[in-house]
This record gives sequence, C-alpha cells and structure tokens, in this order.
Amino acid sequence: MATPAGPLDYTRRLWVRLMLLVVFVFLYAPIATLIAFSFNDSRRNIVWNGFTLKYYEKAMANDGLIEAFANSLTIALVSTAVSIVLGALVAVLLWRFRFPGRTGYEGAMALPIVIPEICMGVSMLAFFSRIGWPSDLIWPFNLSAIIIAHVSFSFPFVAVVVRARLEGFNRELAEAAQDLGATEWQVFRDVMIPFLRPGLVAGGMLAFTLSLDDFVITFFTSGPNTVTFPVKVYSMVRFSVTPEVNAASTVLIVVTVVMTAAALWMQHRAGVKAEEAAG
Amino acid sequence: MENWRRNPLVFWVIGLPPTAWLLLFFLVPLTLVWVLSFAELRGVVDMEVTGTLSNYWRALDPLYLQIFGKSFVFAGLTTLVSLVFGFPVALAIVFAPRRWRAVLLLLVILPFWTNLLIRTYALIAVLRTRGFVNFALEWFWDQANAVLSFVGLGSLQLLGGRFEPLELLYNNTAVVIGLVYVHLPFMVLPLYASLEKLDRSLIEAALDLGASQLRAFATVVVPLALPGIISGAILVFIPALGSFLTPDLLGGTDSQMIANVIERQFKSANDWPFGSALSFLLMYLTFGALALRALYARRTAGQGRG
Repeated sequence: MATPAGPLDYTRRLWVRLMLLVVFVFLYAPIATLIAFSFNDSRRNIVWNGFTLKYYEKAMANDGLIEAFANSLTIALVSTAVSIVLGALVAVLLWRFRFPGRTGYEGAMALPIVIPEICMGVSMLAFFSRIGWPSDLIWPFNLSAIIIAHVSFSFPFVAVVVRARLEGFNRELAEAAQDLGATEWQVFRDVMIPFLRPGLVAGGMLAFTLSLDDFVITFFTSGPNTVTFPVKVYSMVRFSVTPEVNAASTVLIVVTVVMTAAALWMQHRAGVKAEEAAG
Repeated sequence: MENWRRNPLVFWVIGLPPTAWLLLFFLVPLTLVWVLSFAELRGVVDMEVTGTLSNYWRALDPLYLQIFGKSFVFAGLTTLVSLVFGFPVALAIVFAPRRWRAVLLLLVILPFWTNLLIRTYALIAVLRTRGFVNFALEWFWDQANAVLSFVGLGSLQLLGGRFEPLELLYNNTAVVIGLVYVHLPFMVLPLYASLEKLDRSLIEAALDLGASQLRAFATVVVPLALPGIISGAILVFIPALGSFLTPDLLGGTDSQMIANVIERQFKSANDWPFGSALSFLLMYLTFGALALRALYARRTAGQGRG
C-alpha cells in the first residue's frame, strides 16, 4: 500500500513529475531519435522503414570521416597525457608552496576555464599564424597546433580535479616518508602518486572528453589536412542532414559513454581498494 | 604549506613546466589578440598596431550594439527558462527516495558527456519543418479533427483547413531552445547542491505555522536556495552569452550572436583588429558577470559573519 504523500514529498506531486518527464524527454528525445534513425532504412529520416546497418557501412567507407575520427582520438590521447602531467604539477605546486603572487597565479590558471571559447579560439588562430607555426608537417606532427590548444584549455581543469583530491591528503604521510629517508622523488612517486591516482583518472577522463568534444577552438586551429571529427561533422551538417552523420555520431556517443562508464568503474574500484587497505 | 625558499629547486621543477605552458600557449596568444585590437588594417591582411581605439568605437555602431543586445537577451532568456524548468527538477531530485537520487542526477549529467555538436545536430532533426515535433503536432491535429468530425463539427474547420507545420528552426526561438537544451544541466546541478543542504524542518515549520505551500516556497525555499540560483544563473549565462555553435546551426540570418560576428571577422571578413576588439569586449562582459557574482558572494559571507 502506498502511503499518502506528505507535505514535503514534492517528488510525488503530479505537476513535479510532469515537469521531470518534460525535462527528461526534452534532454533525451533528440539523442534517442538520432540513434534510432541511424538504423533506419530511409534517406528522408522521418518514417521508420526497417532496420539497416548500411549507413554504418557508408560511414566506415568514408575515408574523410575515418581520418577525422583517428585525428580526434590521437589529439585526445596526447593532449590528455600532457594535461594530466601539467595539471598534477599545478595542483601539487598550489597545495605545497606559499609564494609571492600566489592569488594572481591561481587566477591566471583559472582563466582558460572562464574565458569564452570563441576568444580562446581566435587567440590560438592569431598566435599560430603570426609565429608561422608549420602546418605542412607529416602526420601526427601536423596535429601539434590543435594538441597544444587542447592542452591549454584542459590542464587547468585537471588541476582543479587533482587539487580537490589533494585536500584529503595527509601531509604527515609525506613527512613520515621523508623522515624515513625517502628522497623528494621517492615521496612523489611512492606516496603522492598512488594517493592521487583516482584524481588523476578523473582529471584525465575530463580532459579526454573535453578534447574529443571540442569544436570551437579546434575550428580555429585546424587546417584542411587536420580535420577532427567534430569539424568534419560540422561541415557535413552544414551541407545536409544525412543518416550517415547519425551513424557516425552514434559511434562517438557509444565511445564516450563506454569510456565514461569504464572510468567511473575504475574510480569506484580504486575507492573500494583504498577502503579495504585502510580497513 | 611551506615557503618556496625552503626548497627552491623542487619549487621550480614542479612549477616551471605548467607556468611556461600557460604563459607561452595561453597568455601570449591572448595578449597578441589584445594588441591586435589596437591595430589598423593596411591592405588585405597586413595590420599595423597604431594604438587606435577605432575598433572599439566601431563596436558601438548601432548594428553591433544590436547584436550585443540580442546576445544579452538570448542569454538572459536561456537563464530564465533554465531556472523555471531546472528548479522543479532539482527539487524533485532532492526530495526523491534516496536510491532514485543518484539515478536522476546521472540522467541530468549524462548529456554533458555527449558531444555538443552532436546534440545540436540531433536538435535539428527534431525541430525541422519535416521533423518530429511537427510530426507529433500533425498527429494531434489529425486526432483532434477526427474527434471534431465525430461530434459533427468537422465542417466548421475550427483548426483551419490544413495542418501548417511550425517554423521551429532557423529563427530566434530555435536558438533559445538550443541554448536551454545545452545549458540546462549547468542550472540543475548548483540548484541541487544548495537545495540538498536545505534544512527541511524549516519548511515544515513554515507549513505548521499555517503558511501555504506557495508561501513556504517563496519565503523559505527560494531565499535559502539563492546561492544555488545565482551560481546556476552565472554558469548558464556566461557560456550562453559567448555561444557560437548554437546560433550558427540553429539560428536564422537575424539570430547572430557576438561570437558569430567575431568568427566572421577572423574567418571570412578578414578584419582581425575589429574581431579582436569584439573578443575583448565579450571577455570584459564575462569578467563583469563573474565580478558581480564575487561581489554577491562577499556580501552574503559578510552578512553571515555579522
């Protein structure tokens, strides 16, 4: 038997439930339609004509699309690796040291997070064209400008995530290791890094998604030979709405969802392990 | 925390790489654009930095002022609509049974992990004149007409002779819908965070003392959730103000926002100095919004202590 709704059971009120339903339909219906109609055997995308995988085959056969996908993954992997290192260094620096201009330094590190994407995009465009950054290098070095831009906007995010993790670090652990004769490097490698791992994973995951997701800043740093997946999809979308784009998008959605789930699971596992170790 | 002088070598080893990166690959490019905003065009691509303010004066031209105004209206509307829809959602999640809370929160966050471009593209397919919203509306229209004919009112054509699909795409409405679609989670999360901390006994006390639900909501819940409302509003307003993709893909010719004008200056009009000036104006507006929030935070913190 359901108990009658109490005065504070807002979730059980009809209008609140309706609102929830409306919002979730609004958030998910477009994505759900996009995925569903990537399997639809009709070019016009409107009526369900039966299941097909032909648009996936078409997308697979589209060399430009595959190349863009490979570019995006390469950029995301490299920029994530660099961002994790730089972000962790910033976090440790701000956690450990007192130095003149610290507040200003923190503010400058937050800038890439707060400034509008378009401003960052145009400044990267101006920078790379003014200094004459080579654009005709062989793959994967021709992606260097995009990778650099991606690192610049992702590592401050990594720093924020890692710093949040560092808040819970017991400084005495590092001191104890040092008293027992560990060098700075050993303390860093054997005490700090293992403790920071969940933060590094979470930060890396964020950096990877930001990189894979970015359109605006890449749009200003990519050239005709360095097209990323979002830039490619953008040009296809400008052209027309085709089921092929649906198929490609579905693949990207699945990739990100699987990666996110894996990272969350790893984080959860790390947390469980830490608890076991502590208990 | 230790003083950096105690261990200067470690300090530099840790600090140098990220600082050099930020300086070289972020602050220098930004400064370059700032300098370019005081330059004049000489020929097609050549620019000379003359310290002129003409690029900023040009931004005051009614044409561009109107675009700034429009961007403000779009971002403001987006914030308002997100708040109106986000508040009940946050409230529902906070008061949901514990095991449902995590699931509902995840459902709000999940679209974050989907590519922005893909989400915008998905919206196009739904909003087109031959898209699903119009399809659904046409179905309802047909059903309603069938009912009307059934009760003998069919000949009156109360709903008009034919179904006219709504123009939902390539106009201002589409831009606002798209901006809300993208930014709604930014509103729900801070609202959830502040509503979760809310002491429920305060609402109960208000209700016990005879306040109506509406009054308890307006005088207890909303004031206590105000920090969340402000955070959410800033988190939605700032990125919405500078959005490029949504107005570009969903808007019509008259729904351009600042970012679209900036993009045009750099990519097709080739007037980098003017584009640079517009970029910095947009950045100053962003900082202004952030400063307002900081001011508010300081004031409330002061009240808390006093």
